[in-house]
Amino acid sequence: MGAILKTEKIVMKFEGLTAINNLNLEVQEHQIFGLIGPNGAGKTTAFNVITGFLVPTEGKVYFRGEDITGLKPNHITKRGIARTFQNIKLFPEMSVIENVMTGFHIHRKFSFFEAMFRLPRFFKDESKMYHQGMELLELVGLTEFAHEQAGNLPYGHQRKLEIARALATDPVMLLLDEPAAGMNPQESSELMDLIRKLRDERNLTILLIEHDMKVVMGICERIKVLDHGEEIAEGTPEEIRNNPRVIEAYLGEARKVA
Amino acid sequence: MIDKKRIRNWILTAISLVLLFLLLGYLNKHASSYVIQILNVTAIYIILTTSYNLINGITGQFSLEPNAFVAIGAYTAALLTMTPQEKAMTFIIQPCISPLNHISIPFLPAILIGGVVTAILAFLMGIPVFRVRGDYLAIVTLGFGEIVRVFATNAIPITNGALGLKGLKQYTNIWWTWGTAVVVVFFIVGLVNSSYGRAMKAIREDEAAAQAMGINTFWHKMLAFVVAAFFEGVGGGLLAHLLTTIDPRLFTFFLTFNLLIMIVAGGLGSTTGAIIGAILFAWGSELLRWMEEPHVILGIHTPGIPGMRMVTFSILLILLMIFARNGIMGRKEFSWDGFLGFFSRRILRRA
Ligand SMILES: Nc1ncnc2c1ncn2[C@@H]1O[C@H](COP(=O)(O)OP(=O)(O)OP(=O)(O)O)[C@@H](O)[C@H]1O
Ligand SMILES: [Mg+2]
Repeated sequence: MGAILKTEKIVMKFEGLTAINNLNLEVQEHQIFGLIGPNGAGKTTAFNVITGFLVPTEGKVYFRGEDITGLKPNHITKRGIARTFQNIKLFPEMSVIENVMTGFHIHRKFSFFEAMFRLPRFFKDESKMYHQGMELLELVGLTEFAHEQAGNLPYGHQRKLEIARALATDPVMLLLDEPAAGMNPQESSELMDLIRKLRDERNLTILLIEHDMKVVMGICERIKVLDHGEEIAEGTPEEIRNNPRVIEAYLGEARKVA
Repeated sequence: MIDKKRIRNWILTAISLVLLFLLLGYLNKHASSYVIQILNVTAIYIILTTSYNLINGITGQFSLEPNAFVAIGAYTAALLTMTPQEKAMTFIIQPCISPLNHISIPFLPAILIGGVVTAILAFLMGIPVFRVRGDYLAIVTLGFGEIVRVFATNAIPITNGALGLKGLKQYTNIWWTWGTAVVVVFFIVGLVNSSYGRAMKAIREDEAAAQAMGINTFWHKMLAFVVAAFFEGVGGGLLAHLLTTIDPRLFTFFLTFNLLIMIVAGGLGSTTGAIIGAILFAWGSELLRWMEEPHVILGIHTPGIPGMRMVTFSILLILLMIFARNGIMGRKEFSWDGFLGFFSRRILRRA
């Protein structure tokens, strides 16, 4: 067991603003790893750097020992990192099942000629995509909404759909950006079960950003805390909960809000 | 269960096509040549709108290419079918360049080559344009249309300049136009309803999310653009051999503008809508033709106003954009399930 994802001294600057300063992240295989910190700490920026949406100003990203720094997002997905977005990014005018099937596109077994001529391989693969898509919808509990427009789903369902869609790309590692945001307590407890299930049954490694402390403390095995782009702590949930710097910078504030 | 439905839908489609062609055969024999001409134009519009909708509506990349691509397909096919004698007689200012002046091939390969040449040019144009995100495609295709027009007007040894190409054989008939339209729709619907079509729509809906799905957005935009270009080129070849005369004025921006009206009116992003838009435009513009002719209404003489049709269409487009942004179909598509469901509900309500 080695680190499956490793970032080395990542620095991300936006014209004068340093969103991340010297981030060293090490996520072990099959770990559920939490990335927390106050608003604007640089968490989403870290996701964007790992998944290729941003090229870091300095530093390197390694995935399964290979340098993936600066690769295009679609290539990183093909290597096995899937993600969801904090500001939900579904394909709103497509149906729920079509959203999931889009994730299978990189595993298609037919060429566009076969689609145009509607050759047997096209039908076979399309129906396989459909059935696998329905299985994923069942996994996240959205079967009954399969043929509705994705944009019409309530917020919590949209977040689940994003997870199903990310799973369709058949990832090794899943990056979840605030998956519990907008969910009610029951939904977030179901979400925790789902995340554990994904790790246990699908052997996924999970890196998640979350403000809901119940979720973070409940499922993460290791947590890193960022503040203003700087790492301020890393450890087990227990260590983080009792870390004075974290309490000062983040948890105290979160408690006040809560 | 799904397979049974699919077979039923195929049978229904096959029956509809047989009925369509029986009707066309009847009209071809008994209708006036004026009506037959509009039927031909309708089918060519369908070829062009369904292709144009692929890049503009399905993939969501705003492009203004059709007039340029139709011109390239038309000129290529025409130059290939014309016999050496016809070329010698047509190119009166400067002779046609070699080896073009010796070449003469049958109609079908000529229009297919027209499509291929157009597709290759689209590919070359796509390489720089699709590398950058943003709305460069509209500007580049608009500029390209102008380049094609200038080329057609000035490259006299190839295009015969402003005089154009005349006396082409009228190979295009109702079977060619409608046969091609059916094939093009078949191909495009197959593509749109496949994983490739979903990838294209995903790019339209949210490009970043499409990338996160591992979709290579560059190649999928390119695919939509090149496929559209191929069919637009073929449509151009058919048009040339329907009109038998082509010149640069035929392929101005107005052609693109008209096609844009058709796909927006039909519902941008809907292939069904593109077909409806094409039919309405072809027949509607004939209805509006009388606006440009002088009339006596209630004893009052009204003079013919040239250009009234374009004004009317522009006003219609503006009204459409204000009151019915989604056009007739929105992004919905025709399906037998929906169609039969609609009618069985009606019958049930009556009973
Ligand atoms: N593309 C960008 N261009 C300029 N500045 C950016 C960009 N992306 C993020 N930032 C800035 O970088 C900082 C970190 O933002 P980031 O979104 O990573 O925070 P976060 O930790 O995810 O916060 P939140 O909990 O609110 O989601 C913020 O100040 C933000 O304004
Ligand atoms: Mg964030």
